[in-house]
Order: sequence, then structure tokens, then C-alpha cells
Amino acid sequence: MILLDEPQHSRRTLLPRLHLDWPLLTGLLLLAGCGLVVLYSASGEDFDMVLKQVTRLSLAFATLFFLAQVPPEALRRWTPLFFVLGLTLLLAVLVMGEVGKGAQRWLDIGLVRFQPSEMMKLAVPLMVAWYLAETPLPPPLRRILVGLFIFLVPAVLIAKQPDLGTALLIASAGAFVLLFAGLPWRLVSFTALLAIPVALLLWHFGMHDYQRQRVLTFINPESDPLGAGYHIIQSTIAIGSGGLYGKGWLNGTQSHLEFLPERHTDFIFAVIGEEFGLLGILLLLALYLFIILRCLYIASRAQDTFTRLLAGGLTMTFLVYVFVNVGMVTGLLPVVGVPLPLVSYGGSSMVTLMASFGMLMSIHTHRKLLRT
Amino acid sequence: MSEHANIPHYDGRLRFVLGLLGLATAVLMWRVVDLHVLNRDFLQHQGDARALRVVEVAAHRGMITDRHGEPLAISTPVESVWANPKELATARNQWKALARVLELEPRALEQLLAKRQEREFVYLRRHITPELAQKVMALEIPGVALQREYRRYYPAGEVFAHVVGFTNIDDAGQEGMELLHDAWLKGTPGSKRVIKDRLGRIVENVESISEPRPGQDLRLALDRRIQYLAYRELKAVVQRSQARAGSAVVLDVTTGEVLAMVNQPAYNPNNRSGLSSERLRNRTVTDVFEPGSTIKPFTAAAALESGKFRPDTPIDTGSGFLRVNSRLTVRDVHNYGRIDVSRVIQKSSNVGAATMALAIKPQQLWDIFSRIGLGTMTASAFPGEASGLLTDHVRWRETERATLSYGYGLSVTALQLAQAYAALAADGTMHAVTLLPAGSGVPDIRQVMRPQIAQQVRAMLELAVSKDGTGSRAAVPGYRVGGKTGTARKVIAGGYSEDHYLALFAGFAPATVPRLAMVVVIDEPQGAEYYGGQVAAPVFGRVMSGALRLLDIAPDDLESLGVKLADVTAPAPAASASTSSRGIL
Repeated sequence: MILLDEPQHSRRTLLPRLHLDWPLLTGLLLLAGCGLVVLYSASGEDFDMVLKQVTRLSLAFATLFFLAQVPPEALRRWTPLFFVLGLTLLLAVLVMGEVGKGAQRWLDIGLVRFQPSEMMKLAVPLMVAWYLAETPLPPPLRRILVGLFIFLVPAVLIAKQPDLGTALLIASAGAFVLLFAGLPWRLVSFTALLAIPVALLLWHFGMHDYQRQRVLTFINPESDPLGAGYHIIQSTIAIGSGGLYGKGWLNGTQSHLEFLPERHTDFIFAVIGEEFGLLGILLLLALYLFIILRCLYIASRAQDTFTRLLAGGLTMTFLVYVFVNVGMVTGLLPVVGVPLPLVSYGGSSMVTLMASFGMLMSIHTHRKLLRT
Repeated sequence: MSEHANIPHYDGRLRFVLGLLGLATAVLMWRVVDLHVLNRDFLQHQGDARALRVVEVAAHRGMITDRHGEPLAISTPVESVWANPKELATARNQWKALARVLELEPRALEQLLAKRQEREFVYLRRHITPELAQKVMALEIPGVALQREYRRYYPAGEVFAHVVGFTNIDDAGQEGMELLHDAWLKGTPGSKRVIKDRLGRIVENVESISEPRPGQDLRLALDRRIQYLAYRELKAVVQRSQARAGSAVVLDVTTGEVLAMVNQPAYNPNNRSGLSSERLRNRTVTDVFEPGSTIKPFTAAAALESGKFRPDTPIDTGSGFLRVNSRLTVRDVHNYGRIDVSRVIQKSSNVGAATMALAIKPQQLWDIFSRIGLGTMTASAFPGEASGLLTDHVRWRETERATLSYGYGLSVTALQLAQAYAALAADGTMHAVTLLPAGSGVPDIRQVMRPQIAQQVRAMLELAVSKDGTGSRAAVPGYRVGGKTGTARKVIAGGYSEDHYLALFAGFAPATVPRLAMVVVIDEPQGAEYYGGQVAAPVFGRVMSGALRLLDIAPDDLESLGVKLADVTAPAPAASASTSSRGIL
């Protein structure tokens, strides 16, 4: 079982010395490879697009490699500064950000256009873990409230951009860290109950028209098959028409005849469903499951409160990523702009994700071997 | 694992998280299996429904020919260029080149695409040659595609325009025989299954579902040669007399087939831009007129049928007028004095005709008019045909009885009048008029008057074309001809006009064994010559002369050609002529 390390004489070979976790790395490389194969088909056999994605992947794996070398203590030291910088940039976006596709998400800093919200995906779990690790667990109520504040402020700011998908990811990252820290069950149930009035309030005051439209469409996609329901209808058709074994690579009619929108980015899962069928989807989900379980194992093996909380938070963020994207494409959840991690075409989120995997590897490989 | 002790809740949390993970996985799995397995058929069908399309394959429209197979309407394959404006909008820089090749104004193209930018289909130019189509496709502009269509050409042009009619740009019959026999001509379009992408481009031909079944050819009864001849003569007269319009019909009296049917003004069916309805009408069937003196032979027939008159019964035409009642006095052009029935027809005496009509019962006159088809549509079934008007005799007073006898107070079409004269020519046997060759089936025949009476009236009509008759200019050298002139005053607001006339001639030839009947109508001839005998009769003479020769019909009046009958062995030519001509028709 590669999910768990062999108890003794863990091989002091090349990979651990590079602070890399080979089961996790293998899983990620496999996933990225599959992603490229699917992307070639989803992009309409556009080799340039695949090359660009390879470039991004290389950058992302470089980030992973770099962060794996940084010991968790250093991460912990820099966390407050990193969080404050991220929050400042987020405010800067609100004030002077650039508008792209109707949303104010980008910050132009000379050479690169930059999405501070991506940075917050790492900064929030780091900060919450950092703050809660200051005192012994379980945290007192005051700490819990401050912890809530730490992730809710950036989440609201990002939701204002508006970018509901990222806000959701960030909020869930913070919430999972709190949960791991030992949030009393009473409080969890209370929050769950609170969710209903909060959702109603959000519906009436906190949401943009297009977001409300998406929720309505989610409830009944056929109400507007050519407008708002178009994405969902086309993607469920694509997935369902794949059958058990799919229509074959490059043979999906829904995607190749341009019926399926956003087929190389957020809706790439539908292309997999159409071309590789149920079998392909199960293999993909198995791959994700393997990665998540390995990460959870890493979290459970972490040796101090900070790394343990951080590892758990990052892992659960990844889980939410996958769940929200697949749920949205299959019509289980409303459409929110969350890419399928490591498969969807696109840059910044991939770098962030790989950075989190780099931290996980660092946490796992910098353990002090107290007793074996 | 000392720190583990510090985190008492952690193991429970891990179980909780694993549970969450399991739940998430289960939910996604369930959903995916649901889509893939349970809803598979429906969704697969939906996928196909989006991409698979059945498109029509145009069928070749049947040819229209004259009775000898000469083409009058033929279809040739052409291409139509269409575009998807949404997609074409992405190639704005190529619009100029596209407009140039299509020979369109760049600005017109821009406006067209701007107007239709929300649509996904717009014709850019229809019916272009395959060469031009290839040039357009060579530009490789996204969103531009071709569609195979058929274009109709009319080799006979305006000569057959009214009879044949035309199709619209979608190859559907709009007028004339194209409309009447549309179902026969058009065939069944085939269909094929194709895969189309979201922008409607055909990506792949999957299968042919049904081959297009070409339409069937249609042979008309008309003879192109006689039609050309009639058209030429009619056009010449209409131009010379500066008439408003004109029509002529030639019938084969032995079958009821229409051999020629021409009108002026006409139009070019191959180029219908700026076409007015004035030119569009097939006046021989759509326009009704008061037949005037051309009806008199049937008044005479009614008089003979009543038994009160014989061809030589003398009639006192008084001093050229007859006072019927306080409102009507019938007048003749000249004073003919006391003349017999034959001379009444020869001289076209209104007084004589009215005297006969007033002497017989109203129903007797109505009967014969009705039997020869007045007031009833002919069997031609031509689109837009008029029935004309014949009122019920119960309501006739003396005024009506008198005026009807010389052709006022009723209306006919040229085709109806020709049909009536054909019946007279065929010894009272009326064949249903047809534009298609009389088939092998049971002919639609009615006996409308006794042969003897028909022969007697024919003899009177021969006199009318003699040197002393009103229709002397209808004579055909070598043939004996019968016919009747007519000069009808046109109805204008407030009564009959003093200077708007309809010049008419109706007749048949050869008089011995009639084969052809013809009616000529000239509407409002201008100038000094406006009588039927002056304007319409010469057309009859010239067309009939040509038609009889074209049909190889034996002359029955060799004396007029200076040939002594004794020089020819009497029965032989007549017999051989009739067989040979039957062979042609």
C-alpha cells in the first residue's frame, strides 16, 4: 500500500533527499499527463494550447519543488507577513484592479497580471493554522471567533470582486482548519443551522444578478435551455452520451462540434465523460481519491499543531476543488467558476495548487525522526 | 507521538473528514453512474439530436415541352452562396474580397450582415454559376457555404411566358402550367443524414436516407411553331395599331387541344425584374369581354333550331334601325333592307340578329349559349381562369333579348369563344379544351347542336369571309375559311364608349373539313382602322395560312390559287392529306 510509508528503513534515496514525496508526486504527474491528453482533444486538437499548458505545468512543478525545500518552520515564520501582503493586495484590487470578463480580479503589476485571490488560497489556511497553533488545542471561543474573522474577511472581499468560486474555496479552507483544530460539535451544528438564514440573506443582499440566475438555473436548467441553462444541459448530455467506454479520444460530438461551452477550462470533465465514458471518469476520480488520501495520511503523520492543521486544510481545499467542479459539471451543484484541478486549462490556480502540494511534501519530509 | 495527546479531538476529526470524503466520492459516483448508465439512452439521443441533422437534397424539376418535345422550361443546376453572419463577423477583413467575387456592393453586403447578425443563416447570392461558386469557396472564408439548387430557364422566352408561367427562386410553380402541374413537375426532394456543428456547418455526411426523385416531364398540347407564328403576328398588329393589349388562341377542333395561346403585352420569364401584373396575365383565359358580333352565328343557330327560321328566311331590317322599346333602338352601320338569315350574318346586321332573337323564346337563345359553354369555365383548369357571365333567361326583358343577340350583356373569355367556334366547326361536337395532349382515354365530348344546323351556320360564316363579307381580310389563299368579325364597344364609366373598341375575329379553317379554330382579340386599337375586320381578321388570315401549311393540311380551295380542279385527281389528295396530318397531330 503506497498510501502509507513502510515503517522502517524508509529509503534514503534520491526523492526524500530532495524532500519530495514520491507517491504524491507520481499521482500528480499521472493526473497532469492525463490532463494534457484530454486537453489536446478539448482544445480542438490545438497543439499550441497543449504546449502552453506544459509550460504552466513546468512552472507549477518548479514551485512545488521549491516549496518542498522550505522547512515548515520557515513557512510558519513568514505566514503573518504573507497574509498581510495578500490582504493588502486584495484591497488594492478592489480599488484599482483590472476588469476581465466582467469581474474585478486582476492586478497589473508591470510584467504580469496577477490575481491576489489565488495568493489568499494559501495565505488563509496558513494564517488560521498559525493563529490557532499559538495556544494548546482545543481553542477557546475567543480564538475561534478571531479565526472565523481571519478567513471570512478575505472571503467576503473576494466574493465582492465577484468571484464566488474562489471565495467558497478560501472560506472552506479556513473552516476546515478550524474544524481540525477542534471546533466544538455544538458550534458546528449551530453553524450548519445558521447556514439557512445566512443563505437567504446572501440571496437577497449579497448576490449579483448573474449569481442568482445561476442558482435558479441549477434548480431547473430546462427553464432557459438556450441561455443560462445551456452549460448544464450540454455538459450532462456530453457526459451521459459517453456511455460505459466513451466515444473515444477526439471523437466527442458535443465537445468537437462546439456545443459544449468552456470545454477546455471549467467544463473539461464533460469531455472526459464523453470521450472516455464511465470507465475514464472512474479512473480519474480514483486518481483524485488516491491523491487526497495520501495527503490526509501526510496530515495525520504531521508532528506539530501548525503543520497538522495546515496539511489538513490544504487537503480539504483540494477535495472541495474537485467536488465543486465535478458537481457543477454533472449538474449537482450550481455553476461556480472552479476549474478541475490540474486538468483544466489555465495558469494561476495550477501554480497555487502545486505550491500547496509542495508545502505538504515539505511537511512530510522535514519530520524529525524522533523514534522509528 | 507526544503531541497526539495534546490534540484529543483529532482522531474523531479524521474519521469525520474521511466520512466526508467518502460521502463526496459516493455522491459524485452516484451522479456519474446516474448520467452514464441510467440516463444514458436519453442523453445519447439528446447528443445525437444536437449534432445529427437530416437535410434536404434538391430534386431536379421536370422539363416542360411542346407537343413535339421541344423544351419550353428546363432546370439547370446552380449554386447558392449562404453565410452564417455570426461566424462571418470574425472574418471582417475578408468581406471586401467576398463582395468583389460575388459582384456585390461592399456596403450592401455590410448592411445585409449587420441586419442579420443575430441570425445564423442568410443567402448572400443565389443561383450563380458553378465557376463563380468555386471562386467563392477558394477564398476559404469561415461561415460561407454553398447550397445546390436548380434554376429554371425558359428557352422560348416571352412567346410561351403566359402558358408555361414560371417558378419562384425556391423552384415552386407560381404561374401558368408551372403552377397548375407543380406536383407533377417538382419531384420529391431526397434527404441525407449529416453531422452539423453548432454553427450549422456540415462536418460529415453520414448516410443518404433517400435519393431525390426527379420530377416528371410535362408535354403540352401546344405546337411551338404555331405559337411562334401567332405570337409574331399578334405582336406586329398590336404594335402597328398601338393597341393596349391583344390575345389569340388556336384550337384543334377535332380534339379540343390548344395549339397556340398568345398574349400581348408579354414578359421575359427569364428576367422578371420590374414585372407588372399588366404583363403577367394570360388574357386569353383571365380577361372577359363582351363578344359583340362574334356571337351572332349562335343567335342564328338558335333561330334555326327554333324551326321558325331557315337560312333563306327573309328578314326585314327596316331602314337600318329597330326601335325595341323607349330605351333601346338597335342600329346597323348601313341600311341593308330586306335580307335573308345568311346575309344577316354576312353583313353582321344588328337589326337582323335582334329581330330573330325577339321572334324566338328567350330560353331557346339561352339554351344554345349555355350549351356552347358561355358562363362556365372551360376544362383547361388554367390558374386564374374566368367564367364569364351569362344571366338567367328568366330575368331577360326585351332589351336583354335584343342586345344579347348581337353580343352585349354577356361576357366571355377568348378561350370560351374559341371553344364555341370549335364546336361549330366540328359539326356541333364540343371537345373539352385541354392544354395537354388529348390522351388515349375517353374523350370529353358533348353534342351541343345538330350537325345540320352547324353546317348551315358554317356556310353563313364562309360568306362572311367572302369578298362581300365583313371578314374578307381573313381569307387564306388555297383554303376555304369561315369566320365572323366583331367590333365591340368597351364599357367605360357611365356606359359604352364612343371611341374605345375591342376588335375581334373568330373563325375556322378549312371550311370543308374544319381542323383549326381561332380567336383574335385586339384591345383598343388606335387610329383609323379599328374594326375587327380591319385589325383582327388579317391576324387570323396570316396565322391560319401558316398553321394549315405547318400541319400539312390539304388545301380545299385550289381554284383560288389558280389551279384547275380537273388537273388533280379528285379524291386522292384529300384522303392522303387527312391521314398525313393526323399522323403529325
